[in-house]
Amino acid sequence: MTPRKNRLSRMLVPAAAGVALACAGGASAQSMSDVQKAAEARGLTTSDLLAAAKTYTPSGMKDEYLIFSSGGHSGQVFVIGVPSMRLLRTIAVFTPEPWQGWGYGVGNEVLAAGAVNGKQNLWGDTHHPALSETAGDYDGEWLFINDKINARVAVIDLRDFETKQIIKNPLTISDHGGTFVTPDSEYVIEGGQYAVPWGADYAPISEYKEKYRGSVTMWKFDRKKGRIDESKSFAIELPPYWQDLSDAGKLASDGFMFMNSINTEMATGGIEDKKPPFEAGVSKNATDYLHIIDWKKAEKVYQAGKVEKIKGFPVITLATAIEEGLLHLTPEPRSPHGVDVAPKGEFIVVSGKLDPHVTIYSMDKIKKSIAAKKFSGSDDFGVPILDFDSVVEAQVEVGLGPLHTQFGPDGYAYTSLFLDSAVARWTLGGVYGAGTPEPDWTLVHKTPVHYNVGHIGVAEGDTVSPDGKYLVAFNKWSVDRFFQTGPLLPQNFQLLDIAGKGTEMPVIYDMPIGVGEPHYAQIVKADKLKPWAVYPEIGWNPAKQELDPMAPKPKMERVVRSGSQVEVFMTAIRSHFTPEHVTVKQGDRVTWRITNVERAVDATHGFAVPAYNINLSLEPGETATIEFVADTPGTFPFYCSEFCSALHLEMVGYFMVEPAE
Amino acid sequence: MAPSIAERLIGPRVALDERAGRTFRFGAPGFFLLIARVLILVSLFLPYWHMDLVAPQYPDNLHLTAHINHLSGDVAEIDGLNHYIGMRSLEEAAQFERSYGVYALILLVVMLEFAGWIHSRWAVLLVIPAMLFPAVFLLDLHLWMSHFGTHLDPDAPLSSSIDPFVPPILGTGTVGQFKTVASPGIGLILSAAASVTMLIALFFHRRAYLPLVRAAKG
Repeated sequence: MTPRKNRLSRMLVPAAAGVALACAGGASAQSMSDVQKAAEARGLTTSDLLAAAKTYTPSGMKDEYLIFSSGGHSGQVFVIGVPSMRLLRTIAVFTPEPWQGWGYGVGNEVLAAGAVNGKQNLWGDTHHPALSETAGDYDGEWLFINDKINARVAVIDLRDFETKQIIKNPLTISDHGGTFVTPDSEYVIEGGQYAVPWGADYAPISEYKEKYRGSVTMWKFDRKKGRIDESKSFAIELPPYWQDLSDAGKLASDGFMFMNSINTEMATGGIEDKKPPFEAGVSKNATDYLHIIDWKKAEKVYQAGKVEKIKGFPVITLATAIEEGLLHLTPEPRSPHGVDVAPKGEFIVVSGKLDPHVTIYSMDKIKKSIAAKKFSGSDDFGVPILDFDSVVEAQVEVGLGPLHTQFGPDGYAYTSLFLDSAVARWTLGGVYGAGTPEPDWTLVHKTPVHYNVGHIGVAEGDTVSPDGKYLVAFNKWSVDRFFQTGPLLPQNFQLLDIAGKGTEMPVIYDMPIGVGEPHYAQIVKADKLKPWAVYPEIGWNPAKQELDPMAPKPKMERVVRSGSQVEVFMTAIRSHFTPEHVTVKQGDRVTWRITNVERAVDATHGFAVPAYNINLSLEPGETATIEFVADTPGTFPFYCSEFCSALHLEMVGYFMVEPAE
Repeated sequence: MAPSIAERLIGPRVALDERAGRTFRFGAPGFFLLIARVLILVSLFLPYWHMDLVAPQYPDNLHLTAHINHLSGDVAEIDGLNHYIGMRSLEEAAQFERSYGVYALILLVVMLEFAGWIHSRWAVLLVIPAMLFPAVFLLDLHLWMSHFGTHLDPDAPLSSSIDPFVPPILGTGTVGQFKTVASPGIGLILSAAASVTMLIALFFHRRAYLPLVRAAKG
């Protein structure tokens, strides 16, 4: 040990010891001077090497955390490892994706359920993923995500990372206040955004106040079935205020949920008619309204049948909501974005984009004000407005353009600052005050990020027990951070090390996202997930997560004909399909069942048929069924589209469609 | 009167008073045979033989384990790979042995039970089959492996790129890109220990009963 110690002590960059030791494991001839030489050659500083030591993940080492990121207008979800910031997977959700076969024979029924007024809308704008929770903590079982463009919600099963359900909201056409889950995932919250008449029916915008409506939908999640149960879901009618982000209460605020709104002005735009454009009209008032909803009370009201069926869906009307006392408003700084509930549930943090403060509301004060009816008035629709001063706990000046807040385990809160392009660390008060050396409700530090940060994610930072350690800034612009990939640039996910206290929270990694523009993302401890390595049994139907009784089995492959119906029972194994010749007549209705009978991890087979727009991804054990009319005559070599084995190229067959006479 | 054939077969009986105070002398053969029987019975529930197949794309290796009555481990995966070289499915190997192995071993245990009652040299005949069992098991395994490895389907995808082969039944070998590592299972080790125990039992058997046989012959 002595020689190595001497060598280490001579090093100018002792912080790089981790890197050197990792290297030393591979080849003992390497030394710290090699590290120094390599660093000098690339112009790396000590802090760069330190960042590398904190993030570099050698082959085979696994990540401690996983980011489940919205994919923005890619309509997907991205799974990214932390601290390596490696993209591990995309999950196809609202958008067809050929690698997973999604929309090309796999998941077609799931996608079809997302049709809007009977029309397929095969893209999505995913914004806010929500991991399922048990007692307010991520349980690693399910993931929900919204689609802003068409007000849809998807359910993803984290055993196989596959979308199982897409549900279209019948009441509205855009959503932004979702998805968020209640502490035991009883409900998945979907708040509408741009107000429309119910069901996005037509009504002239001059009738905005009378006909246009906001809403929040409480989708009941049936954990056993792993699906949203539409028959036990309901919605609450809200004023047409363009409700924005929402969050479910927890612990001290359990049973409540909170929603921002940005257009309490009820501006209707019309720049072409010399009316104030939306950007001005919507930002006119100094304050908008924080919506405080007692969802447990609303659930009782719904169960008592005090609802109106609108578009076939049970809705608690605004009048009922007011009468039952389940909806209250309170002023909030104008044009707010995030509303985020602190870990113990007693504080609700709101950021107004155009106000340099974060405003912290106290649940205790809210409850007392509701009980004492401390109203400063009511809005045009008669919704009571809680007196601002009676419910506010504190305001902290954090910087320009505050958007979203996440929490650490130690009493720090973190807020993204869009205009400052920075992440602010500030201290909470109350019971959290003792955790930080700085005084309560104080800005501690701002770390610049690159650039125009939107959401941020702290490891488990929106749960009842945040982990801290890592913060990821989901930046909208990357400008000069990466190679100029033409005029369309990737977004930039920046990893910050927040394990230290005070002013210590450096950026330690940049990850370009060149697939879509992510919004929110959640960061979960990787060991909370229990994914399958292969499907549990051969012949598994992932859409139902059960064994398919009709799944083709080895030695029982066959082609069954009855009239113009042809049923194919096919298996796939390295490196052949059985059968390899399938001949049908033009116009035959073909039901093609195919099972990947492999049990080896990663032995996925593809099944690609030309001219028929078919490509399946069949993971080990998976069975899929595709149905189509053989309308195009010809000779079509089908093949395995995953490089499965040395004889992958030979994994082929012929689908022959004889022309009709 | 000269002893009958049956009497010569089962050997001299030991009178109770003769046994008294010489518990070890006359108890040892039966005791060690009992241990051997227990070892064999326990081994029925344990793996007899393992083979690990080592290749880069299988970081955890492929495993094959032979029990007296079944194969376990990555049988389907190994079969899947073997089809490339035209080797028959492992499930087709040693079907008879796997079907009747347990009964055969129980028969051997019963024979050992009887051996304890026979005080003549013929007891050896009842012990030897059980004693040889581990060797027979390995020999049988070797014969099956030779048969499978040297009778490859000439029409298999890779039949032209591999020569017939017989991987060693113990130790390491090479088949294609795989290194094979074969080792005895705990069941086989117990079975071998039973064989040693039988040898000890026979030693004490001879010490206890040979003098009596000689005395009876006068």
